[in-house]
Amino acid sequence: MADIAFLLLTFFLVTTTIANDRGLSIQLPPPPEAQPPEDIKVQERNMFKIQINSSDALLVEGEPMSDVSGLKEMIKKFIMNNGMDPQSSDSPEKAIVSYKTDRGTSHKRFIEILDIIQGAYYDIYAERAGVTNSRWRELSSDLSVPENQVLYDKGRGRRPDGTIEIPMQLSIAEPTKVGN
Amino acid sequence: MGKFKGKIKPKQDIPTSSMPDVVFMLLFFFMVTTQLRETAIDVQQRIPEATQMRKLLRKSLVVNLYIGEPRKIEQFGKEPKIQVDDQFIEPKDILLWVNRQRDMIPENERDQMTVALKVDEEAKRGIIADVETELRKANARKILYNTLAKREDK
Repeated sequence: MADIAFLLLTFFLVTTTIANDRGLSIQLPPPPEAQPPEDIKVQERNMFKIQINSSDALLVEGEPMSDVSGLKEMIKKFIMNNGMDPQSSDSPEKAIVSYKTDRGTSHKRFIEILDIIQGAYYDIYAERAGVTNSRWRELSSDLSVPENQVLYDKGRGRRPDGTIEIPMQLSIAEPTKVGN
Repeated sequence: MGKFKGKIKPKQDIPTSSMPDVVFMLLFFFMVTTQLRETAIDVQQRIPEATQMRKLLRKSLVVNLYIGEPRKIEQFGKEPKIQVDDQFIEPKDILLWVNRQRDMIPENERDQMTVALKVDEEAKRGIIADVETELRKANARKILYNTLAKREDK
C-alpha cells in the first residue's frame, strides 16, 4: 500500500508546478487608433514623473534617485497633497503618476518601480477603508461579496454620482527608443 | 519498591504503522495543488519579485503568454521571444491568438478575460511594450505581470 502511495507521490512531486496566478495587475489604455491623440493639458504640479533609462537608472521628478526606499512615501505625499504644497498636486483626483521607461529597461526594474507605485495607492486605500494592505488587495479582487464592495468604495472614496475621489491614475507611457 | 529490575532497555524502533497515513496525506496535498503542465515552456522564466500582488480568482478567464530568452539558444538565438501555447509567435500574431482564446470563453464573461504575462526578468521593456500595443489593439486590456512574493522587510 505504502509503496503504491509513494510511487504516486513521487509522480506528483515531479510533475507538479504550484499554480502561480499572482502578480501585478494593470489595465491597459484603449487601442491607439480608437481615440485621436488629444493634447490634454495637465498642470505640471499634478504630474509625478518617474523615468527609467536603458541602463535602469531612475529619475524621479527630474532628480536622479539611487535609493528607492523613500519613493513610496514621496508618491503618497504627492497624491494626498490636496493643494498644501504649491509644487505638488491639487487634489488626489487630479494627481497623475506618469511612468516612463525605455525599450532597454529590464523587466525586473520595471516591476520593482511599478510595485512601489501601486503599493503607494493600495496603502492609501487600505488606510481609508481601515484594513491592512494585504486585506485590501484580497478584497478588491473579489467584489462579488457585498461587504468587499462597500469597503472598496470607502477606500477609493466613491461619491454618490459615481466619480472616484482617489482614482489610481497611473500613466505608463510608450517606451522611448534608446536601448533595445 | 521492588519494581526496579535491572536496567530498562528503551525501545529503539520507530513505529511505522502510521506511515501510510502520512504518505497519503502528502499525496492528496500534491494531487490537489498540482496543475499538470499542458505546454512545455521553451523560454527562460526567472520571474521577478514584488510585494503588491493581486490574485486572479477565475482560472478559466486567464490566458498565459510567456516572454523570455529561448532555452535552445543554438536553435532560436538569444533574442527574447514570445511564446503562447506551444509555439513562438511574432507580435503581429497576437491579435489572432487573443481572438481565438476569447472564443473559448463563455460569451458573457469575455470582457473579463485577463492576459497573464509571464516575463523573464532579464527581458527588455521593448518587446513587452510591443506585446502590450498588440493587446490594446485586440482589446484585451486586463493584464497581469506574474511575480513571485518578495519577503517584506517590515
